Amino acid sequence: MPSAGLRLVVATALAVAAMGRMPAAGRTAPLRVVATTEDLASIARDVGGDRVAVVALAKGYQDPHQVDPKPSFILEVSRADLLIAVGRDLEIGWLPALLASSRNGKVQVGAPGYLDASLNVRILEIPTGQITRAMGDVHPQGNPHYWLDPANGRRIAQAIRDKLGRLAPADRAHFDERYSAFDQRLAAAEVRWDRMMAPFKGRKLVTYHRSWPNFMERFGLDVIGYVEPKPGIPAPPAHILDLIGEMKRHAVTIIVVEPYWSLRTPQAIASQTNGQALVLAPSVGGAKEVTDYVQLFDYNVGLLAAALKAARGGV
Amino acid sequence: MRSVLVRLLPLSVGALVLCPTSVVAGQGESARSSPPAQNATDVQQVRDELARLKREFEVLRRQYDERLVALEERLAQIAGPVAGNASAGAAAGPAEGTTVPQDPPAQGRPPTPTPAGPKALNPDISVNGNVLGALAKDAPDLAPLQLSEVEAAFQAIIDPYAKADFFVAFGPEGADVEEAYITFTALPANLLLKAGKMRALFGKVNTLHTHALPSADRPLVTANLLGGDEGLSDAGLSLSHLIANPLVYLEVVGEVYRGESEVFQSDARSRLAYVGRARAYRDITESTNIDLGTSVAFGRAGVGVGEDGAFQSVHNRRLVGVDATFRYRPLRRAIYQRLNLRTELVWSRQELPTDPAAQAFGFYALGEYQFARRWYLGGRLDRSGRAQDPSAVDRAQSVFLTFWPTEFSQVRGQYRRLSFAEGVTSHQLLFQFKFSIGAHAAHVF
Repeated sequence: MPSAGLRLVVATALAVAAMGRMPAAGRTAPLRVVATTEDLASIARDVGGDRVAVVALAKGYQDPHQVDPKPSFILEVSRADLLIAVGRDLEIGWLPALLASSRNGKVQVGAPGYLDASLNVRILEIPTGQITRAMGDVHPQGNPHYWLDPANGRRIAQAIRDKLGRLAPADRAHFDERYSAFDQRLAAAEVRWDRMMAPFKGRKLVTYHRSWPNFMERFGLDVIGYVEPKPGIPAPPAHILDLIGEMKRHAVTIIVVEPYWSLRTPQAIASQTNGQALVLAPSVGGAKEVTDYVQLFDYNVGLLAAALKAARGGV
Repeated sequence: MRSVLVRLLPLSVGALVLCPTSVVAGQGESARSSPPAQNATDVQQVRDELARLKREFEVLRRQYDERLVALEERLAQIAGPVAGNASAGAAAGPAEGTTVPQDPPAQGRPPTPTPAGPKALNPDISVNGNVLGALAKDAPDLAPLQLSEVEAAFQAIIDPYAKADFFVAFGPEGADVEEAYITFTALPANLLLKAGKMRALFGKVNTLHTHALPSADRPLVTANLLGGDEGLSDAGLSLSHLIANPLVYLEVVGEVYRGESEVFQSDARSRLAYVGRARAYRDITESTNIDLGTSVAFGRAGVGVGEDGAFQSVHNRRLVGVDATFRYRPLRRAIYQRLNLRTELVWSRQELPTDPAAQAFGFYALGEYQFARRWYLGGRLDRSGRAQDPSAVDRAQSVFLTFWPTEFSQVRGQYRRLSFAEGVTSHQLLFQFKFSIGAHAAHVF
């Protein structure tokens, strides 16, 4: 039986140790948030404010399918309190490897610190019936480029607000307030974008990859073809000729291209159709000017509206 | 039951819509019932009060909007396809009462719920095939054409604490569990524990599965010092620790194996094989990085197989390795261009009956350059002594060209010039078809 003095010493030591582990009152460290893309990171910054420290893994000018699972990313994920992923298999080639090596139980799939941002958003192009890779690198869970609809951006923000609120309940009011501000800013911007795009409803265009269905649906534009014949498959000459024919038939002149594709093929097509290859930003960071989620649409809507205005036809 | 819910939910949705109106009406009365403004200060106060109330109302309205949306979603889920019309009607009804027409759910476009199918808990399954052909003189070991390996992979998360990886390889010699291990992903203190049969973390090439190699063959140093295709692969435990620091990715690994592999052959239960590795990685720029490692392995190794199939003698063996990798992949052109440079040096020291300190050295230097979306050109220089005959040194030079129709298949041609220590030189033309079906595997890095 240990003496009372010894017990007291042990109890004091335990209490001191416990206090040492507690963050100082009123100065809680910000939550470390790792987002797989700059779009999610931007929304997380909008909602989290100074209560979060956000890092994005893939750059906005990088093909999000083609990201290397670099150990420097493992380091980021290992320190994260919250990991936000686009989901729908967009990161299938690299995120599982990062998670497995992260040594961070908090952010594993299904853990409280893991957020799949796609769960409450509107997903397009969910394949039905038999799918095989003869269709190219299809995403069985639908098109993962869903953040290109501001309504989905709002839903992503809601999911992040709720998740942050659960991870840091003391800051819930802060997140609610910041979400409302983001929501209002987005709503005001949407009025602006809708006004800019209204004259072009129903106009037809072509895109390189299937990155834009949510964006085009949102602004009432009609994609009649793709430079890629199938996702992830380079275009053979016959497909290019078909596409040129199709564009001429519909008087389509605009080819929307992501910044990570070579412009050679789109420009060759454009020269045959009197058109232009228009490089839009598929993500925050996709162009220098695009530093947050609202600017992403400001930039794309601005460029697209100007191009559609300049281009006659395509109606 | 379902129809009752369907009937009930629109009611509660309607009640919610009414709520903010009544709240505002009450607050509006209180604002009106304040005495008329006599001077500018009073007017300002009333304005401030109104602004505050407006803000509060706005917050309330948004909260109710969101709850409405959530309820609509739940309603749509509960009603399902059976009551599809009812749910559409319910979604359209309250939408008119809200004032945010931009919000898609209010326009009757609910987000798409995706149900998890009955097979959702099956592991990710993929199968890789590897067909190897050779045109060669002086190379009796090389078949003109063979299915050199079929590898089936099964991978899944086991529970909140661990994941499992199974790789079964079928080759000309039969089926073999190439790897099967559990990885504990939720350990404290930056630890990662693996248990099972696995490829030891000794250097780089030893950890790569055949289908992940950049060339049709493994380097000579693998065959001469590291146990060939199977390599240093055994049943054991692997514990790795990430040393947290702001400068570099620094990982140390300690592994213990039973001592039954192509490299080590234990002669007693207590004589295990051990592997240690330290790895440092750092991004130089966003497009370039450097990856350095050093590995050590020691255990017992058998020498000379007697008539009874047992080793004539078993001795201590130690391996030391150093590896360096430089990678360049411009992010804006990641689809079209990349360069990998790698070298690995291995020193083997063994107590042979003839030579108590037999030391052999081997290395390879590899370069691989992606010059177009689907095309990779590579070259490799090999030089390696033999573990049990250190004075015999083999050399090889290879160039290889790989065409990737998609991420899931490759066609490769390789020219290899092998100069054996005995003075024989063999010119070989290898060709290879690799293909993969099933779950999307992680990118090799």
